[in-house]
Amino acid sequence: MIRNKLLWKNNPQQYGILSKLLHWLSALAIFALFASGYWMVDLDYSSRWYQLVPHWHESVGILLLGFTLFRLFWRRIAGSPSGIVSHSAIEKKASASMIFILYVTLFIVLISGFLITSANEKTIAVFDWFNVTPVVLAIKNQEDIAGEVHYYVAYAMIIFALVHALAALKHHFFDKDNTLKRMTKT
Amino acid sequence: MKKLLLASALLTSTVLIPVSAADYIIDTKGAHASINFEASHLGFSVLAGRFNEFSGNFSYDKDNISASKVNVTIDTSSFDSNHAKRDKHVRSDDFLDVSKFAEATFVSNKVEDKGEGKLTITGTFTMHGVTKSLVIDAITIGEGKDPWGGYRAGFSGTSTITMGEFGFKKDFGKVDLILHIEGIRQ
Repeated sequence: MIRNKLLWKNNPQQYGILSKLLHWLSALAIFALFASGYWMVDLDYSSRWYQLVPHWHESVGILLLGFTLFRLFWRRIAGSPSGIVSHSAIEKKASASMIFILYVTLFIVLISGFLITSANEKTIAVFDWFNVTPVVLAIKNQEDIAGEVHYYVAYAMIIFALVHALAALKHHFFDKDNTLKRMTKT
Repeated sequence: MKKLLLASALLTSTVLIPVSAADYIIDTKGAHASINFEASHLGFSVLAGRFNEFSGNFSYDKDNISASKVNVTIDTSSFDSNHAKRDKHVRSDDFLDVSKFAEATFVSNKVEDKGEGKLTITGTFTMHGVTKSLVIDAITIGEGKDPWGGYRAGFSGTSTITMGEFGFKKDFGKVDLILHIEGIRQ
């Protein structure tokens, strides 16, 4: 056989196709959610998009929450590539911490966003495709507290994501190592 | 004769009825009072809501109405229109800005008897850091002993405010206030 077998699982050298797909779709969804969130909060009441964009934002957010849970599950099954030998101990530590921080902030942003919409105490329609039961906590003005958390942690997460991307580019262009290629090369 | 009257008045006042207008505490504990509002939704219909948390007291004597006074303090963060996301927006700095202006207050200056149970209450209303004169058209509803050993008096009133006058960033025009106040005599 000349044709390489499609790599589904990760191996010590690189990420498999499913991990890559999950990673890049997440990146796309996260930046789309951030941009739409940034834009939609300042929409005028009379805007054509005033109701539609928040509906999409919430729908994509809930889908991404489920998607990310699956992503963590897959991470356990497929494992991670082993560290690149040219990376220093500090770089290894930093990249592992960054991945941890990105997952934690992502979950905080997704859950706090869900709690804002939940405070309406009505089922949340995901693209009018299925409904999600709201979670109402025993706290006063849940939407305000969840809103503050959602706002600040979203900014923190995006900054971490940009640092994460810059670090990958640094490894690719300056160190000329395999860091980024493990996640891009098919 | 005069002395006798004064003496008897003093005597009864200490036992039962105060000479001046009696002091009442608004029964927010039993939720026999509400501060409601109605605003136009784009001219299609009427949007209704209320402030859930407030406290206040009044002095009232049906034989000496001009001596009456009323004081109400509203917790602006308790704004409730049965839609968490709208409530969150109204509490934000587009409208009430409750993190800066946690309270709205009404203090009466003048209460006039208009006959047939009608009252005109003029006072100062402070909201969003702006103080405006406010006239409430009120009616007396009932007064007397309650079944639990207390003495109550109740009123309803209406007034209208203009959002633009209170320096909100967003302005949706006029808001009608519908007030139902029941007090327990102290």
